[in-house]
Amino acid sequence: MPTTDRKAPLGADRDHQVDFDTKVAAKQRIEPRDWMPEGYRKTLVRQISQHAHSEIIGMQPEGDWIASAPSLRRKAILLAKVQDEAGHGLYLYAAAETLGVDRAELTHRLIEGRQKYSSIFNYPTLNYADVGVIGWLVDGAAICNQVPLCRTSFGPYARAMVRICKEESFHQRQGYELLMRMMEGTEAQRAMVQDAVDRWWWPSLMMFGPPDTDSPNTQQSLEWGIKIDTNDALRQKFVDMTVPQAERLGVGLPDPALVWNDERGCHDFGEPDWDEFKQVISGNGPKNAERIERRRAAHEKGAWVREAAIAHADKHRSAREVTV
Amino acid sequence: MSGDNIFSGLVEEHEGDARWAFGTGFTEALAGVDTTLPQNVNGQALSTYCQMLGDDALVCAQRLTHWVTDAPELEEEMALANIALDLLGQSRLLLARAGQADGTGRDEDDFAYWREADRFRNVCLAEAPRGDFARTIMTLLVLSSWRLALMARLRNSTDPVLAAIADKAVNELSYHREYAISWTLRLGDGTAYSRERMIEAVQDVWPFTGELFATHPVESELAAQGVGVDPATTREEIHGVLTQVLTTATLETPPAFSDGAISGRDGRHTDELVPLLAEMQKVAREHPEATW
Amino acid sequence: MSAEDATASRGARPEWPLFEVFVRGKRGLNHVHVGSLHAPDEEMALHNARNLYTRRNEGVSIWVVRAEAITASSPDEKDPFFAPSADKVYRHPTFYPIPEDVPHI
Repeated sequence: MPTTDRKAPLGADRDHQVDFDTKVAAKQRIEPRDWMPEGYRKTLVRQISQHAHSEIIGMQPEGDWIASAPSLRRKAILLAKVQDEAGHGLYLYAAAETLGVDRAELTHRLIEGRQKYSSIFNYPTLNYADVGVIGWLVDGAAICNQVPLCRTSFGPYARAMVRICKEESFHQRQGYELLMRMMEGTEAQRAMVQDAVDRWWWPSLMMFGPPDTDSPNTQQSLEWGIKIDTNDALRQKFVDMTVPQAERLGVGLPDPALVWNDERGCHDFGEPDWDEFKQVISGNGPKNAERIERRRAAHEKGAWVREAAIAHADKHRSAREVTV
Repeated sequence: MSGDNIFSGLVEEHEGDARWAFGTGFTEALAGVDTTLPQNVNGQALSTYCQMLGDDALVCAQRLTHWVTDAPELEEEMALANIALDLLGQSRLLLARAGQADGTGRDEDDFAYWREADRFRNVCLAEAPRGDFARTIMTLLVLSSWRLALMARLRNSTDPVLAAIADKAVNELSYHREYAISWTLRLGDGTAYSRERMIEAVQDVWPFTGELFATHPVESELAAQGVGVDPATTREEIHGVLTQVLTTATLETPPAFSDGAISGRDGRHTDELVPLLAEMQKVAREHPEATW
Repeated sequence: MSAEDATASRGARPEWPLFEVFVRGKRGLNHVHVGSLHAPDEEMALHNARNLYTRRNEGVSIWVVRAEAITASSPDEKDPFFAPSADKVYRHPTFYPIPEDVPHI
């Protein structure tokens, strides 16, 4: 039995359940109008919308540096990158909407603090190297998380992830390239890079979520094909990918326990501070309140514009129906 | 497993697909264009002229980037960022040309980051406060209509570089103007409140319009040589466009443009430019020896 | 909280309707569904679709249609939502010169 809904369904629902289980087991995609267990739908809505929120809130830490980017080329790259994040948020909201929630409702859940987003964005960006390190480590971790999701069981989510992953690879490369340039630059620039790596390394590892032993929903999500790999497996993959990149860059990673393990064929590394993780994810991060407030303010400040456009459309609807 | 590049399959080859939102436009727009100065053109004047047009775009783009994470809807974030990227691209090409024309070899960043405010030659409307969404739309409507008229004429410039830049810019500006028009119609003929905001935006923006049509000596010199455009020649056309848009938006016919005098083109700016540049230049100036 | 409650609690402000977007990636291909977006009307939906799904990819043709106007044949067959799009990736990762010896980038 590949998948079990916790409550035993009856009659027609049971047939649907069998059909659903068969599709998931055969690695077929579930599409929006297919029958699906309520738990599957709810988990997806939560996961996709949190992911969307993360993209939108994630515009802020880097967006702060667009106005001060130190060259016009960097300004264009950063602006295009932050714009991509808005696009990713929109792809994901669109995927969530196929499950029967609307974006306005999801936006309200975010700005009222009823839904979470990736806690990584509650840390501040203190110098321009942060832009590079976010691209390299944070987007790198996101890629590790997201590439497997291109094969996730829910069709719209999987297709959104394909698009997003293609664009994320541009994000990671621009970050790494900026860091390389800075490492070839002045002593002060190299210090900025190391400082940024020291601050972002542990939060990046936390992006994969709590250890498997402490991740209650993982098993069900794996069965449903919503999750493809466990948190710890992805974290290991990320560390193994990143260590040689750090060496090539010439930066240190702030973990004395980080060492190659010949026997396991991968790196051993230290344990992130999970108490800090819980604090930040519960809304006590350094920038949590500010991030939400900014999103809320923009949304409310823009209400009159959205309303005006609706009013205009209503007035001109009949005319347009003739011309369109 | 650790040896796998887990996203290698996603990074497909897109050779020859140069549709970037940034960057490669630089080489693309000027591919195959002869960058030597045409005969009998005053390089100093051409450089100044390129700075004028380049600074208009740069300062306007800088203002627009302040909408990032602040737009009324996520879809508008995308639109405003696209417009800012286009203008930034235009400014990079123009400032690079300025450094070629005056023989100093200065690059785009030398101009953007190392000049003081009184060396910037943008019109004051570009640096004027961003204001609310209505004001941004009105500023964009006026600036894009005006710049589109200039660039359309510059496609025939005897400087092949300027002509190539203008050719690219015309497509972009046509879209910027269309975007600004569509929002002017929606806000002007939307709710009572949005209409009020637009009326106020017209009042706020109009005092800056006169300067757009004042002819700087460099502009008349280059216009006479077929290199540049005398902006005064676009005055009636622009007023006609704006009148048509505003009246369709059920707003009143706009007042005549004032007889503005040269100001920003000669480096005399409002108080807005200094803080705008301070923010733009601060990281670059903190690290004068750095490369980015 | 039900949808009605949610609407009431925020003053019943109307939101922009949902549009489905179809893009012709290049000549000779059908329009393909690429996703959805919100816009106040058809014209703005086209603007938004250009910015979101094609950025500035010249030569493509875009269709937008109100999601509510779509009639689906049956639950199982509905939905090309997010069909793999034929559009081009406009930001090429290899733009950034990274030395050959940097792994996994």
